[in-house]
Amino acid sequence: MTETTEMPAIRTFRSDAGAPLDPELRSIIARFVVLAVLCAGVALLNENFLSVANFTNVLRQASLLFLIAAGATLVIIAGAIDLSVGAILTLSACVAAGVIHATGSSGLGIATALAIGISAGLANGILVAGLRLPPFLVTYGMLWILSGGALYYMGGIPITGFPREFRFLGSGFLLGIPVPILIMIATALAGSVVLHMTTVGQQMVMMGANRAAATLAGIPVRRNLICVYVASGACAGLAAVVALGRVNSADPGMGDPLLLPSIAAILVGGTSLFGGTGTLLGTALGALLLTIVLNAMNLLTIGSAWQPFATGIVLVGAMLADAFLNRRRS
Amino acid sequence: MLEESGSEGPVGIGSGVAGPDIGVLSAARADTPRPMMVLNGVSKSFGQMQALSQVDLEIYAGEVHVLLGENGAGKSTLIKTLAGIYAPDAGEILLDGNRLALGGPSDARRAGISVIHQELALVPHLTVEENIVLGREPRFLIPGSIDRRVQRETARRALELVGFDGDPRGKVANLTTARQQLVEIAKALAHRSRILVMDEPTASISERDATNLHAIIGDLKRRGVAIVFISHRMREVFELADRVTVLRDGRKILTTLPDATTPELLIKAMVGRSVGSFYQRLERFVAGEVILETRALCSAAGLVDMNIVVRSGEIVGLAGLVGSGRTEFARAVFGLDRRTGGDVLLHQLPLPSDPVRAVRSGIAFVPESRKEHGLALTKSVCDNLTLPALWKIFPHGFRSRRRAAGVARGLIERLRIATRSTRQPVRTLSGGNQQKVVIGKWLPIEGNRRLIIIDEPTRGIDVGAKAEILKLIEGLAAEGCGILMISSELPEVVGFCDRVYVLQSGTVRGELSGAHLTEEAIMKLAVHHDS
Repeated sequence: MTETTEMPAIRTFRSDAGAPLDPELRSIIARFVVLAVLCAGVALLNENFLSVANFTNVLRQASLLFLIAAGATLVIIAGAIDLSVGAILTLSACVAAGVIHATGSSGLGIATALAIGISAGLANGILVAGLRLPPFLVTYGMLWILSGGALYYMGGIPITGFPREFRFLGSGFLLGIPVPILIMIATALAGSVVLHMTTVGQQMVMMGANRAAATLAGIPVRRNLICVYVASGACAGLAAVVALGRVNSADPGMGDPLLLPSIAAILVGGTSLFGGTGTLLGTALGALLLTIVLNAMNLLTIGSAWQPFATGIVLVGAMLADAFLNRRRS
Repeated sequence: MLEESGSEGPVGIGSGVAGPDIGVLSAARADTPRPMMVLNGVSKSFGQMQALSQVDLEIYAGEVHVLLGENGAGKSTLIKTLAGIYAPDAGEILLDGNRLALGGPSDARRAGISVIHQELALVPHLTVEENIVLGREPRFLIPGSIDRRVQRETARRALELVGFDGDPRGKVANLTTARQQLVEIAKALAHRSRILVMDEPTASISERDATNLHAIIGDLKRRGVAIVFISHRMREVFELADRVTVLRDGRKILTTLPDATTPELLIKAMVGRSVGSFYQRLERFVAGEVILETRALCSAAGLVDMNIVVRSGEIVGLAGLVGSGRTEFARAVFGLDRRTGGDVLLHQLPLPSDPVRAVRSGIAFVPESRKEHGLALTKSVCDNLTLPALWKIFPHGFRSRRRAAGVARGLIERLRIATRSTRQPVRTLSGGNQQKVVIGKWLPIEGNRRLIIIDEPTRGIDVGAKAEILKLIEGLAAEGCGILMISSELPEVVGFCDRVYVLQSGTVRGELSGAHLTEEAIMKLAVHHDS
């Protein structure tokens, strides 16, 4: 590349009309198509799939997966990683449950969950950006610390039963739509606005694509890193509120099964693990895809032992498809 | 330290019995004046750049052969070819009269050629002993096991030869650069190397360590090892060399005996080339007020008391050899390296050490390596062109794609960047067009008294783009910006800059302008005369 010959003449350059679409837009469209085909296929095989009850259920499950993956998507786009989201959810949920039982105040419970999420994110951010420690190690260590904190706090006894107004966020309906789905849509919208329509969002993308170039361009790389970790912690705190409302119980293992599926959702959604590309809409579609595949397997009475297998196939399949499409373009 | 030459026996790894005796080699040399290694018409190009063309070289056992040349003259390519890292496009390498096909670095090592690069290649977390036998560990009974006793013995003998006085079982990471060098030499000897290539070994060690190294080189020479030595220290060259070869623009200019030449003649051979083909300034501008002033600037990266002034409308060059502190100065001003002393004044006001503040005060920094530091290669031309000026284009923090594309389109037209659309990834552009993006992205931050730092702006791009980029830089000076240009291309520095600071070892060795600004004058200041 260093010595490619110049084009003979500079082409007159007027507009981007006719230029290839943004790769990110392309990847979103591809995922929409796959999702539609998948839904149509499952609907043909099983009439219950498109029933309101089943579809609401799918969306609810996907919304929790999305919420926990949303902030982490920003972290990965900015060129780092957050492995502590599951543990943040656990600790936030457990302490919030304890606070609600002690005070009877739902508002205080929600505030507690969010505060713990934000503080844990801030700690991650300071360790990664301020002390320049590797993101993988910091957040993996944080995973153990927060899980340990939750175990200690609960003392082995789950806390169950929460007031109705608190459970509204996890299992209520607004205008006939489950509240978690509304929260998912609001989060996706807010996050997308930040990512695509603000300079800070653009900075996050660019520092993920090349940290050194962003630093040399005067981008406040460290401040932005702290911001994405705080966002990730806040999303995990919000997910804790939704999860508590849905299952009506807090136990110190509740976040563990969410970490790996959340990363799968991010990657299936087209976000690069190396940073610099990705969208929240993609993560939402990724969460939906994974949830629908598992739901379809249930409906078609395929043994649950095959579920991890299916998740793996979807994940590798998405990577292969992207690699194939990109190779053909260039 | 090596009085009993020959009687010492082999230091080779393995059984401890076989292997050519280093002492025998020197005896062999006395009888046969045939060269140990011969290069015939070796050429190597990278794309359009001819890094080596038709280089002939003879290397004899027991000689110290010094290679001299400017940055980019082809020295590094030559030694990488000897090391088997690059395969020559044409020509042949003969060892003891046999044609040598080097498929990779391990072939070269097996043939007895060891290269000690400027960046030492030891494994920091292994011990000295382990590093010495690395890759050729003596086996203990079963494959995969290591005979520690033989390892220790091999290492001890090799270390003794180079007079290493540290702990052989200590980790390499804890050693000084000079000691690490000794370990590298010991490693080469343990691998029975007959040709030792050293790339500026004395550039980064102290006087005393250099003297010690010279003594060791003398010993190795007496044992018949051929030494190819790159250095910029003139006194060292004349002390050590048996023969000197000067390279320039990938060609061998001459090979001579040190007694038959002078430092002045060598420098002339290194730089002497026609200046006519390079870009000439259209006009000179009257230097205005001071934009940048550093007072006794020191940095953690090795700058010592740097005093530099850049005025409005001036193109100031920073010349010097690789490692002289040119890029480090730019980094310290921009706030990328920690400053350890002195002041940086921008428009008479102290400039804090922070890249974000530097950009907001109008400083532009075009880095040397555009792929690592200049561009987000996977992102679009538009994304890259708007990056440093996001705050300026969108002062309220909300970004519109249409507006960004508009700014990018303006820059693409102004700089004549050859791209199909603003959405094309910069990865797909040619080198010259990429360089235009790296410079162009600073233009939306307008202002006519800005400081613009440009590191090697014309490296690796073709002649046409080179002229366009220099013209662009000149245009910025005409608007009143102060330009600080780092360049290794001496004709470019001489023809293009109003004033040049020559750096050496992290400090300013001299300032040249007007009639005093010549390539010879720069080289004289850049090389070490007194060491």
